[in-house]
Amino acid sequence: MSDFFASIGIPELIAGIMVLALNAYVLMGGADFGGGVWDLLASGPRRDAQRELITKSIAPIWEANHVWLIVVVVMLFTAFPVAFSTLGIVLHIPITLMLVGIVLRGSAFVFRSYGSRARGARRRWGVAFASASAITPVLLGTIVGAIASGDVGTASGRVGAASFADVFIAPWLAPFPIAVGLFALALFAFLAAIYLTIEAKDDAALRNDFRIRALIAAIAVAVLAAVALGIARTAAPRVMAGVVGGSWSWLLHLCTATAAITAIVALWRRTFRLARVAAAAQVSLILWGWALSQYPFIIPSTLSIRSAAAPRVTLTLLLVGLAGGALVLIPSLRYLLRTFAGRAEESSEA
Amino acid sequence: MSDLFAARTQMALSLGFHIVFAEIGIAMPLLMVLAEWRWRRTGDEVYLRLAKRWAKGAAILFAVGAVSGTVLSFELGLLWPRFMQLAGPIIGLPFSLEGFAFFTEAIFLGVYLYGWDRISSRAHLTAGVLVAVSGAASAIFVVMVNAWMNTPTGLSMSGGQIARIDPIEGMLNPSSFQQSLHMLLAAYAATGLAVAGIHAAILLRKPDARFHRRALLLALSIGAPAAILQPISGDLSARTVAAWQPTKLAALEGQFATERGAPLRIGGWPDESKERTRFAIEIPRGLSLLAFHDPDAQVRGLTAFPRENWPPVPPVHIGFQVMVGLGTTMAAVSLWAAFVTIRKKDVARHRWLLRALAVVTPFGFIATEAGWTVTEVGRQPWVVQGVLRTADAVTPMPGLVVPMMTFAVLYLGLGAIVIALMMAMVRETM
Repeated sequence: MSDFFASIGIPELIAGIMVLALNAYVLMGGADFGGGVWDLLASGPRRDAQRELITKSIAPIWEANHVWLIVVVVMLFTAFPVAFSTLGIVLHIPITLMLVGIVLRGSAFVFRSYGSRARGARRRWGVAFASASAITPVLLGTIVGAIASGDVGTASGRVGAASFADVFIAPWLAPFPIAVGLFALALFAFLAAIYLTIEAKDDAALRNDFRIRALIAAIAVAVLAAVALGIARTAAPRVMAGVVGGSWSWLLHLCTATAAITAIVALWRRTFRLARVAAAAQVSLILWGWALSQYPFIIPSTLSIRSAAAPRVTLTLLLVGLAGGALVLIPSLRYLLRTFAGRAEESSEA
Repeated sequence: MSDLFAARTQMALSLGFHIVFAEIGIAMPLLMVLAEWRWRRTGDEVYLRLAKRWAKGAAILFAVGAVSGTVLSFELGLLWPRFMQLAGPIIGLPFSLEGFAFFTEAIFLGVYLYGWDRISSRAHLTAGVLVAVSGAASAIFVVMVNAWMNTPTGLSMSGGQIARIDPIEGMLNPSSFQQSLHMLLAAYAATGLAVAGIHAAILLRKPDARFHRRALLLALSIGAPAAILQPISGDLSARTVAAWQPTKLAALEGQFATERGAPLRIGGWPDESKERTRFAIEIPRGLSLLAFHDPDAQVRGLTAFPRENWPPVPPVHIGFQVMVGLGTTMAAVSLWAAFVTIRKKDVARHRWLLRALAVVTPFGFIATEAGWTVTEVGRQPWVVQGVLRTADAVTPMPGLVVPMMTFAVLYLGLGAIVIALMMAMVRETM
């Protein structure tokens, strides 16, 4: 463990901040996608009320939440330009598909909110919003899975030498990345359902709808985690080794499992705020588990954080910029979240 | 279609689509804040209705701008990985600052749109001001990146490798100020006059509508000053191009021969094979005077440079003519409106002025697209002037025509929907 701390320099620090920004994106932006999933799956006597709660909950914040993704991308190409160009080349297809999903999700959401009041038109935008919300996280997870598997790194060395399918398709259109994609979708849906139990605080029936949905999502998370790890055993042995073999991985697993069980028990006992904290911790620990499992690589096993890092002057300036940005960002974000906390029980939009 | 051409087309489409929404996203918040401020000062409910209408429009346009901007940040790597590998460490700094400005904009737009009844009136107005300020700031930062591509400073190369970089010097490159100023003024002029034009058209049919009267005057108060100042900013930009990008200057003026006292050409068709521009109206010594502020200055023509370093001349020359022509018209109509106001006459009842404003409605956006063509196509064959060729920056992935068509269809569809929504919104006010 002391080796680990001895290896931390500015590049590793920036990589850590990137994971932190990705963590924020998953907890906030991820839950907005999860909200879209529950819009798609809205059912029962309170179907319209479910959809309305989802819309009101995400409307004021989804654009701000979305910016975390841009922060991650900008940090990646500033601090680790080689990693960015490698991902851009090998994962061109899934990234393009994810972008189409991002564009459709955002546009359809505002078109529904501000466009024609006619029921048919609203319903069509609703379907577009909800489907794009369900597809985009799968692609995001697939991209992460492809990186973690090490196949992106391998393929990047074979550009121009191997076939189109081997370089541009095989690294991501494979069982393990797709399993990670579905796992990401389940995680986002799980987070969203738990957040929505809190948004629905004044409507016991609606709240219970999302409680049950959260419990179902928790089971899906567990099943898909098992499936992904099962596939990893043969298809992505490097991931398996990282997840099981790391020097402190058992501690991480213990914490993740505790958080997961706490979330489920809290949901069962209707202590929703505890459930939210536990679920957020669970999802964050999974993300950090992935990040630490591939340390010191940014793209396993060809590109390390060190070897991909930009010149020192860029990294230093980036750190200064991030610190300055955080000074503006954190109070602003707190203000936004505070202004709209528990926003769903009343409509304030003109 | 070659992969390089497909990649360039996709990038041009994405930027050309995004730039319109970005401009509106910069200027519209200023309009809505002005309307809200007038309402707080005068108590006139019409202003409140106006602020809420404009905010609603801004919400749709901002969202489409935000998602199309996200696409761009990824496309840099999807289409031009070798450009980003070289440039990332330098242009990452303004991009990071832009990221935070955009963050602030998104946060306070959320507060503004959904906070009417949740926060104090002063806090609400402040939120709107923050949206307007951070929108302008993010435009400045992102244009600095483009300015660096035109006049790259802050790096020295040796043997095709970067020897030294200075991101701050790169950010404050010789074009940064001129280009940012030109873009900001373009955003205020295009959006302000477009909004004014829409309300002018309605006033021609309903001369007594108070809502549209107020809207026209507020929009003019933003659009007209920007349109009047834009030619001055254009002169500044053109002189920087003359000093730093002589091939771009030669292309945009259709200047093939190197000569002293070069004429200014209005219109015309540059014939690359015959190396001369035909059918243009020539103003003697005009170009030397404008580009170098000296009627006898020598202007280097395209033939002074190797042919493989020429940009495609016709689109650059024609783009420039379109931009200058439309911009001049906008400035003239704005001066007319200013003149009518100074004479203490009612702009909203001046039917000929209203007609002119209605005609000018789309000019700013067309001029923006034309100007963007000038700066981007005019830099070819370089992606980073003199440092990296576009052909060397493109991704090795084949079949780029497929993503290009995908985004073309996506953006055409989105564009059509947004226009339909905006038209429906305008009709609701009539």
